Amino acid sequence: MYIIVIGGGRLGYYLLKALLNEGHEVLVLEKDARICKTITEELGSVCFRGDGCEAATLAEVGTGRADMLVAVTGDDEDNLVACQVAKHKHNVPRTIARLRNPQNAALFKKLGVDVTISATDIILEAIEREVPTHPATELLSLEEKDLVIVDVKISPESTTVGKAVKELTLPKGSKLALIIPAEGSARAPAPATVLQAGDQIIAVTTPETKEALQAALRGI
Amino acid sequence: MKIIIMGCGRVGARLASLLDEDGHEVIVLDNDTYSFRRLPASFGGTALYGNGIDEEALKKAGIEDADMFVALTQGDNRNVMACQICKHIFEVPRVMCRIYDPLREEMYSALGLETLSPTKIFAQLLREKVGESPEKKAPGKKGGKK
Repeated sequence: MYIIVIGGGRLGYYLLKALLNEGHEVLVLEKDARICKTITEELGSVCFRGDGCEAATLAEVGTGRADMLVAVTGDDEDNLVACQVAKHKHNVPRTIARLRNPQNAALFKKLGVDVTISATDIILEAIEREVPTHPATELLSLEEKDLVIVDVKISPESTTVGKAVKELTLPKGSKLALIIPAEGSARAPAPATVLQAGDQIIAVTTPETKEALQAALRGI
Repeated sequence: MKIIIMGCGRVGARLASLLDEDGHEVIVLDNDTYSFRRLPASFGGTALYGNGIDEEALKKAGIEDADMFVALTQGDNRNVMACQICKHIFEVPRVMCRIYDPLREEMYSALGLETLSPTKIFAQLLREKVGESPEKKAPGKKGGKK
């Protein structure tokens, strides 16, 4: 795959390294000559000096044949424009933008950016996951399918403790994938599986029914 | 009309004071309050500290019932993003965007933004000046017209 990365900062640099290791053809676009020089010295000629928001620069590096463009500069507006230029001028099939402000996610989607990634949201989720009393966390978001994978914890107060899976009324489009008990190994839920306090349930649902699923599973 | 101007630089400040003189309700937004020194003492509108690519700041400026939004910061990308927020999220009836880079300007114009490229306009203006005969300056001398 030919992947173009916009921005050679810390994130861009490690992304470049990881993608090269996976055997992809990768090119970083970076405005700063010094950063460009460092990357070139270290990793070879995989850095092109230029503005990733300029259609001419993108044309020069063959964006027309790129499979993916990932914009990871520190500024949301630059990431947005780089993705839009790639999409509309060079027909790049998949564009990914890093977000500094999580609120921009909806706007970026509306404007045609395929995937947005907010470090702030990811860190928040990771911290929430570490809080023992936190009832539900989103593990993964499958944006194209409009699905999320969530982790719901059954606490001793849950009214569903002792109930079998078939007795639960789950919101439409939700499926239980896995039950991880406090002790013992994980198992796929069967209709007769009884919920216990301390169970961790991995389930697939839609972003809209996330709360409803959590309520159904915890019965609170 | 209620008009919000983002960027209180030389152009932004001048436009703000002209529109204010014309009797419009003008709000100027800038993320550096020092820029507001450019507004004349007679300016009767509102100068507001805030970042125009932040939805909250735009709401504070009254974007929800604004008739027009003009983006005049130094950054093409900031202008483009702010204008797209105003057009697609707040559905402001008229949105104008300054984009220095002519290529980017063409693209966003094709995408439906009302765009202005000072680079293009000024270069064109100068080209026309070059084409004019310099009669007034040097009568009798050669040059000018080809």
